[in-house]
Amino acid sequence: MEKVKFIYENKILTSKIIGDIDHHSAKAVREKIDHEIFEKKPILILLDLSAVEFMDSSGLGLILGRYTVATDLGAEFRIIKPAPSVSKILDLAGIKRLMKIEGGNDDEA
Amino acid sequence: MMRHSENNMKLYLPSLSVNESVARSCVACFVAQLNPTIEEISDIKCAVSEAVTNAIVHGYKYNSGIIYIGVKYYSDRTVVIEIKDKGCGIENVNEAMTPLFTTDTSGERSGMGFAVMSTFMDKLDVYSKKGEGVRVLMSKKLG
Repeated sequence: MEKVKFIYENKILTSKIIGDIDHHSAKAVREKIDHEIFEKKPILILLDLSAVEFMDSSGLGLILGRYTVATDLGAEFRIIKPAPSVSKILDLAGIKRLMKIEGGNDDEA
Repeated sequence: MMRHSENNMKLYLPSLSVNESVARSCVACFVAQLNPTIEEISDIKCAVSEAVTNAIVHGYKYNSGIIYIGVKYYSDRTVVIEIKDKGCGIENVNEAMTPLFTTDTSGERSGMGFAVMSTFMDKLDVYSKKGEGVRVLMSKKLG
């Protein structure tokens, strides 16, 4: 069962997804994250992928959808700590062109 | 390609989204006997996930059905994966395979399924006609 853990501090919402992100899990994850975003109205949203071992293009859809939600609310959206396999699919989709990705393969952090 | 495969597995799964991870795990389990690298296994799991998800989200959008997953490998370490459904099929395969193309209207699907499959596998062929299901055939030669 996929979980999402939230930390909200200084108007920064960190959402840490635990488990695989695929079509099956994406809906529940999306609803939980959107609920927190609309409730807390942060200025910066960090999507922590350190506990995600698998992600397919459904995850890309989830990320792009959340990015749109964030941008519509005037918030910044960033991805942090993706595993190498997840970085690979993020690179394929050119996600870096839209948002910052920190703590991945080629990052010093 | 060698004529006879060394080993093979056939899986039949109902088009339930929970079976996306079942399909991934089963194929990964089968391919493990070839001692693939972490990256190779990840790539294969992703490609399988994309094809099975397509069958569930698109093929069997209006009614449920069975998804067939066949995996085999040859002595030269080429893994061949076939994923078939008897769903609604694709009218224009070339159009469907253009990156970012999706028939989904929810705004939550990226349209990158085929792009992922063709990048993560060495070869990808998709056979379909409207009303006649989809057959995805992909292969990857392990190092």
